[in-house]
Amino acid sequence: MPYTADKPGSTPDPEALRARIPGWGADLDPADRPAFPREQPGIETGAHWELPPQQAGASGRERSIEHERVTPVFGTAQPLHGISGRIRRFAYDRFSEGQTAHWLLLVAGDRVDAVTAHVTSLFSKRPDDPITESGVAGEIAHHPIASRVGRGRIDLKHAWLDPILVIGPWVVASVLAIKLVRAVFLPASKRGK
Amino acid sequence: MKAMTYRGPYKLRVEEKPDPKIEHPNDAIVRVELAAICGSDLHLYHGMMPDTRVGHTFGHEFIGRVEQVGSSVQNLSVGDRVMVPFNIFCGSCFFCSRGLFSNCHNVNANATAVGGIYGYSHTAGGYDGGQAELVRVPFADVGPAVIPDGVNPEDALLLTDAFSTGYFGAQLADIVEGDTAVVFGAGPIGLAAARSCWLMGAGRVIVVDYLDYRLRKAEEFAHAETINFGQVNDIVLELKKQTGGLGADVVVEAVGAEADGHIMQHVTAAKLKLQGGSPVALNWAIDSVRKGGTISVMGAYGPLFSAVKFGDAMNKGVTMRMNQAPVKRQWPRLLEHIAAGHIKPSEMITHRIPLEHIAEGYHIFSSKLDDIIKPVITVA
Repeated sequence: MPYTADKPGSTPDPEALRARIPGWGADLDPADRPAFPREQPGIETGAHWELPPQQAGASGRERSIEHERVTPVFGTAQPLHGISGRIRRFAYDRFSEGQTAHWLLLVAGDRVDAVTAHVTSLFSKRPDDPITESGVAGEIAHHPIASRVGRGRIDLKHAWLDPILVIGPWVVASVLAIKLVRAVFLPASKRGK
Repeated sequence: MKAMTYRGPYKLRVEEKPDPKIEHPNDAIVRVELAAICGSDLHLYHGMMPDTRVGHTFGHEFIGRVEQVGSSVQNLSVGDRVMVPFNIFCGSCFFCSRGLFSNCHNVNANATAVGGIYGYSHTAGGYDGGQAELVRVPFADVGPAVIPDGVNPEDALLLTDAFSTGYFGAQLADIVEGDTAVVFGAGPIGLAAARSCWLMGAGRVIVVDYLDYRLRKAEEFAHAETINFGQVNDIVLELKKQTGGLGADVVVEAVGAEADGHIMQHVTAAKLKLQGGSPVALNWAIDSVRKGGTISVMGAYGPLFSAVKFGDAMNKGVTMRMNQAPVKRQWPRLLEHIAAGHIKPSEMITHRIPLEHIAEGYHIFSSKLDDIIKPVITVA
């Protein structure tokens, strides 16, 4: 087909659209849209400070090394602790946000955090409960079969693969860890047995 | 107080936590009435966002009543019923003073690339979120707003992120009258974006997803044409056919890190976490927008790299715009639209779940059971 300067297809009729769609065209003018222009100098925010007062407790808090100091306000939700805290501290102290190592270390810290929390919970008054904490009981009364089967859900095509992908890296890591321990602590003469 | 707490990927529970306290003179403590689970909370739940710590309380969409205020708070009083934007922002830094509230430089010690977000891991500042009875709200004079009389609380709740973000996505698409808009994703953000494209004068709105019940919602709620990409061989080719071979004028990507549709991207991104997110939807957006068109990215991605088809984007002269939505800038206009009957965000809500059953709510949402689109957590 030849390509012309005109847009293919029929041009929509604004009146028909206005009749069919509530509010059609109410924000037609790009210059009248709320976030236009993207940067709007002097915008009123409600702030009555030039620089916010510094929140107490900043000493020792982890921060991105791209910041010159801990920000005036910061979250205090879960302070660093334990082995995962050491991993995360290293990630923050050593690598900028531009370094892949920064983020991969933080992901590693997350996994260590989850495992240690689970193990620790076994010695607590409230151990982790895979039934209630996974929410799997929500399957009951929420159409688990009808929601999945016969609806062409493409995510079902790889559902069989997902447990392997989730568990597989842990199995591989465990095997490697065992081999490493054996290499370090067992004499060479006994390693093959 | 009772709060949802993260226990590791795919695990959470409700437990007693210490009540939050005023830690800065401009803090407020808000007693939560309604919260919501956002699709981006699922990225945390699935372990995709770095530095998501055990014990963290998620939830960046919530409304409630002010219970306590710090010594410098002037604009809010105890007892005010407020909606709280998902962004935490100071109002005075380089970025805030230009209206880039989601890019505030004074609230996230853990990163410079992203601002502060309630309940969104320590990558977004390490603030506990609103899926709890109480929440600390920093910069109470800047972020929250009193919910106007007559505004439905559930409508207000959806202005704290979902609808405002969808509306912002349509804004960033730079729609001009008669444009053909394609929206990838029929979750709450995609639905809101599709609905908002009409407000900005779109001539056609096409929503793409693979879940038939979400596409039905896109037809009813957003008056959109729909395509189930699981039922066509090649979604990009299908969109080209439907747009006279040129492609869409604008595309809104409302899918993000766990996009389905390509098995290798699913493996490397969603499961092995070797990418900041599966770029399937982003790449489809690049492929299906017309040359010189605009792509607006509202999908949430992690900070790692993702394998994006940037060469095609460059060769096509595509404009790509994106940001976390500065939702408070949208509120005055969106409240006008609600009052005028142009939109009713709460029509997206499908499930109301008590806080005590939130683990089941996450599972239902994550597994897409029971035709779920938007779950709301009832706290008070």
